Amino acid sequence: MSENTAEFWRWKEYNWHDETVDPRDGEIISAGVDVGSVSSQAVVMIDGKLYAYSNMRTGSDSPDSARKAMNWALENTGLALDDIHYTVGTGYGRVNVPFADRAITEIACHARGGNLMYGPTVRTILDMGGQDCKAIHCDERGKVTNLLMNDKCAAGTGRGMEVFADLLAVSIEEVGDLSLDVEEEPPPVSSTCVVFAKSEASSLLREGWSKKRVLAAYCSAMAHRVVSLLDRIGMEKDFAITGGIAKNKGVVTRLERELKLTSMKSEYDTQIAGAIGAALFARALVEKQRKKVAK
Amino acid sequence: MKANYGYLDGSGEFFITIDTDLCIECTDHGCVDACPLGLFEIIVDDYDDDVAAIKEEHRKKLKYDCAPCKPVSDRPPLPCVEACAPGAVTHSW
Repeated sequence: MSENTAEFWRWKEYNWHDETVDPRDGEIISAGVDVGSVSSQAVVMIDGKLYAYSNMRTGSDSPDSARKAMNWALENTGLALDDIHYTVGTGYGRVNVPFADRAITEIACHARGGNLMYGPTVRTILDMGGQDCKAIHCDERGKVTNLLMNDKCAAGTGRGMEVFADLLAVSIEEVGDLSLDVEEEPPPVSSTCVVFAKSEASSLLREGWSKKRVLAAYCSAMAHRVVSLLDRIGMEKDFAITGGIAKNKGVVTRLERELKLTSMKSEYDTQIAGAIGAALFARALVEKQRKKVAK
Repeated sequence: MKANYGYLDGSGEFFITIDTDLCIECTDHGCVDACPLGLFEIIVDDYDDDVAAIKEEHRKKLKYDCAPCKPVSDRPPLPCVEACAPGAVTHSW
């Protein structure tokens, strides 16, 4: 008897650095490490410009995940941890980043990172993370003016989507496209709880629904769920989505349809928004320290 | 900044909102002593301001923790709301 050990939830991990830049030319090397519940990202910036980053799965040990993410971001850059002037830790595991000089909440970091990624006109940021969903309203400087976070259950989160990918034996990276390949939009499944949604999906499969149709129903439920969060903080244009779910076209398209708005697009990876924000905070803190010393 | 502490689940929306722009002006922080369950604390936020916040351990059970102050009928004014001089505290339910 063969056993299917495929991990459909597993997404691709990666790192990158800008080979055209010599980091030693920079004045301030700052770093941000976002240790989330599902994924960890490390970002290195040279004078406020993105230089290197990594994105990997968070393990069971937060300090170890932070170290691994940072080491991977620095791989082949010629930089070592000691070369970084200031590091800010963020995300669920922010207090467990052993080499961080300060911890700042992921809410403030996403607003700041979103401001760089989408420009100063962005006002509403929806961070759809692995284990929670945050609706953030910010000003033109990327400062949070209103925030709302829902982390009580997995509905409307990346982890919920991973559960569905495994249930339907569909690669997590294909979920969005497949969910859009339906002739008619099905009614959404339960949006209040992933466990309820999963058992509802099992029943629908038994009734003869195709995988694509079930995925469409779940993506629709997710979109519906987060709209209520956005309604509470007062939705305002320009609107952007960060986090892993921003890469899921099925959820994004349905969310845009429900909001009657198109979300802003960016050349940056949506999953590193928090770490970018943390690195920007780190740079500002170095500048603040230097100003103090100069006085 | 309007910081919303709480959650939304199948039974409804349960958020305590603290307007930190109003809160930073306050030195009294009456909300901390007024809450019979001690839900409030003063923290230094990400922008280095001293502001009131709901303690982490209470954020996911506000519906139950706030229930004693919210009888079904003849509801008196909420102690935290009444004690907040700048009017920074509001409840969603």
